[in-house]
Amino acid sequence: MMLRLITSRLVSLAVTLLAVSLAIFLILEVLPGDPAAIMLGTAAREDTLAALRQELGLDQPALVRYLHWIGGILHGDLGQSITYKMPVSTLVAERMNVTLPLSLLAILISTALALPLGVAAAARRDGIVDRAVLVFSQLGVAVPNFWIGLLFILFFSTWLGWFPAGGFPGWSAGVWPALQALLLPAVALALPQAAVLTRVTRSATLEVIGADFVRTARAKGVDRGGTLRRHVVPNALIPVTTILGLQLSFFFGGAILVENVFNLPGLGRLAYQALNQRDLVVIKDIVLIFSGLVIVVNFIVDIGYAILDPRLRGRA
Amino acid sequence: MTKRLLTAALLLTVSVIPAFAAKTSLVVGMPIEPPGLDPTIAAPVAIREVTWVNLYEGLVRIDRAGKIQPLLAKSWEVTPDGLTYTFHLQEGVKFHDGSAFDSADVKFAFDRARDPKSTNAQKQIFAPITSIETPDPATVVIKLKETSGNFLYYLGWGDAVIVAPESAANNAANPVGTGPFKFKSWTRGDRVDLVRNPDYWQKDKTKLESVTFRFISDAQAQVAALKAGDVDAFPNLGAPELFAEFQKDSRFKAVAGNTEGEIVAGMNNAKKPFDDVRVRRALMHAVDRKALIEGAYSGFGQPIGSFFSPNNPAFVDMTGVVPYDPEKAKALLKEAGFGNGLSISIKSPQMAYASRSAELLSAMLSEVGVDLKIIPTEFPAKWIEEVFKAKDYDMTIVAHTEPLDIDIFARDNYYFNYKNDTFKALVADAAKTTDEKARYAKYAEAQKILAEDVPALFLFQLPKLGVWNAKVQGLWENSPIPSNDVTDVSWTE
Repeated sequence: MMLRLITSRLVSLAVTLLAVSLAIFLILEVLPGDPAAIMLGTAAREDTLAALRQELGLDQPALVRYLHWIGGILHGDLGQSITYKMPVSTLVAERMNVTLPLSLLAILISTALALPLGVAAAARRDGIVDRAVLVFSQLGVAVPNFWIGLLFILFFSTWLGWFPAGGFPGWSAGVWPALQALLLPAVALALPQAAVLTRVTRSATLEVIGADFVRTARAKGVDRGGTLRRHVVPNALIPVTTILGLQLSFFFGGAILVENVFNLPGLGRLAYQALNQRDLVVIKDIVLIFSGLVIVVNFIVDIGYAILDPRLRGRA
Repeated sequence: MTKRLLTAALLLTVSVIPAFAAKTSLVVGMPIEPPGLDPTIAAPVAIREVTWVNLYEGLVRIDRAGKIQPLLAKSWEVTPDGLTYTFHLQEGVKFHDGSAFDSADVKFAFDRARDPKSTNAQKQIFAPITSIETPDPATVVIKLKETSGNFLYYLGWGDAVIVAPESAANNAANPVGTGPFKFKSWTRGDRVDLVRNPDYWQKDKTKLESVTFRFISDAQAQVAALKAGDVDAFPNLGAPELFAEFQKDSRFKAVAGNTEGEIVAGMNNAKKPFDDVRVRRALMHAVDRKALIEGAYSGFGQPIGSFFSPNNPAFVDMTGVVPYDPEKAKALLKEAGFGNGLSISIKSPQMAYASRSAELLSAMLSEVGVDLKIIPTEFPAKWIEEVFKAKDYDMTIVAHTEPLDIDIFARDNYYFNYKNDTFKALVADAAKTTDEKARYAKYAEAQKILAEDVPALFLFQLPKLGVWNAKVQGLWENSPIPSNDVTDVSWTE
């Protein structure tokens, strides 16, 4: 049963990825901007531009370029960056060293904050904790992550001097300096998502608390804490997992802004730079990687449901 | 007793040495990361700001005053007809990979730049060359098909640095030059690290052991990095509104200098109503340059009345030719048939100086009955496509950062659509004039024509707002050529 579910999800995953790749390619086709003209500036002569376009393969027909791109990716070759003149795979690998730990750290912080807060708020509805959590989540949803980032820099870096004001020393500088550089941006990235997640956890928990089986459990004599742990939280986790899965794309998207504010050499900033420079090869690859990550995460979430909720296993 | 003396001496040494040893590393902040590190195959200024004279050297160089100085060529002669240049090269020079530098490298570098397949962004530098001969390893003879008053000057640019046949193809990722610093590493998205070249041909020229260029695009982050001490210098700070704060802070030296960038609001001279010089002059009369600079760049930046950098010795102040005079602007508009108002648009890039200037222009023009609609246009991609190539625009605003580029108003098919045969002939003639005085006089005349004809609204010179640690010496205050020359930089103490 589980195997059938996984196979069918895998097939749809592959089809989705292919459709996404075509969409990315077509969008970039109509995006105005000539990479050669951007590289060579306004003083370049027409023959110089033509020479560069030929060197970059931009004079080839669209279909040839699409097949070349997809064919390369299937062989594990992401192509050569137009601006950096080096393999995109190397660039992406370097940047993943920043964005992946940043996102994971942010998810960790966000989950570690949201789950206890949400459950605690729901356990004593309208109590002090609940009210405080409501205020926190309102604020968190309203305030954008890059602004939180700017405040953090002003307070913790410029004023207190506890953290670097941005930039990334690299993992070669040691785990602690690297983590130190990632901590503030991760918190800035996590807070708005934590706020959303807290609200979802709270309402999901409240909904389960009101369910008949919880009343039955209490009636059978299970104490308040035990009911919460054994009956309420596991059931409330299903909608929470859904939101967490959806939020992953926000973490990657949010990384673009936060990486710019903290000047972190991550994938988001690479995407932003590449878009500015019309480094089409890099943009295509990164958008595909981001989409791929979201699709894969959703796949994992789907499988996760099946594990959390036995009822779903029959519905492959 | 002896023991105590020894201890005291030891203590003294320990406490004194660190105080006397000046710092030998420098971290320079830059707003934009260079795409590759080869200035001979791409145009971006950021490439030159890391590599020029730090990593790569040309036959000659431009100094901080904008003058030509010998570098890899220790001397040269020009024949009286101005057509043959004989360069005598420095001997004992080595590239960073250990290979020797000689005349064959010069020939290789220039032949590579003028090759039909070359992607050199300033190929016209090499256009006058007919032949390059290397009679011996220390001599290069270059013959030109026509005289060129600026040929030597151009050879000082980043586009004309000398690269070696063994390494040129990989220079974008692994630069190899003859300069005082060697490439160490590039953490893409964050920094480029250079180290002192121990075999540099000018012994003891540089005092720094290492230089790091860090790339910080956000203006707030630049200020934060300076204040937190993460960077020692930001030669081009992106936050004019915060610059005054640094001027008051004794820990920093804050210098407002000039760049080669003229900020101009270009007009589509072939399109109505801009084909009428009265309209163009009226728009110029409507602009209060001082107020514009105050609003757009916190008051930093020199007003300009024509298209020439104040750094250049041939510069003449032309701001008085078409001065701020709203009444005259209205009268001229009425004369041109727009007494009841005029509606035009400006395609404005996202850079702060441009979008702020566009807003102020719009306010100033409305005072004389002109309605200026602002159309935000992404730079460079969309701007190049729509304005530069398709010429689909009324007005636009951008800084032209290349040194000595007055000839863009003489180029056929350039985005201004400006045609003035007298001007074109004069600029071509000036470029061919080898006598300095005569050339400057011709450039002065050319500046005057532009000031009177107003093919673009000449606004102000993009300032170079440099901020650095007060203990750092030797950075450039102006930039007569895009660069971060750190060869003369040292720390006091």
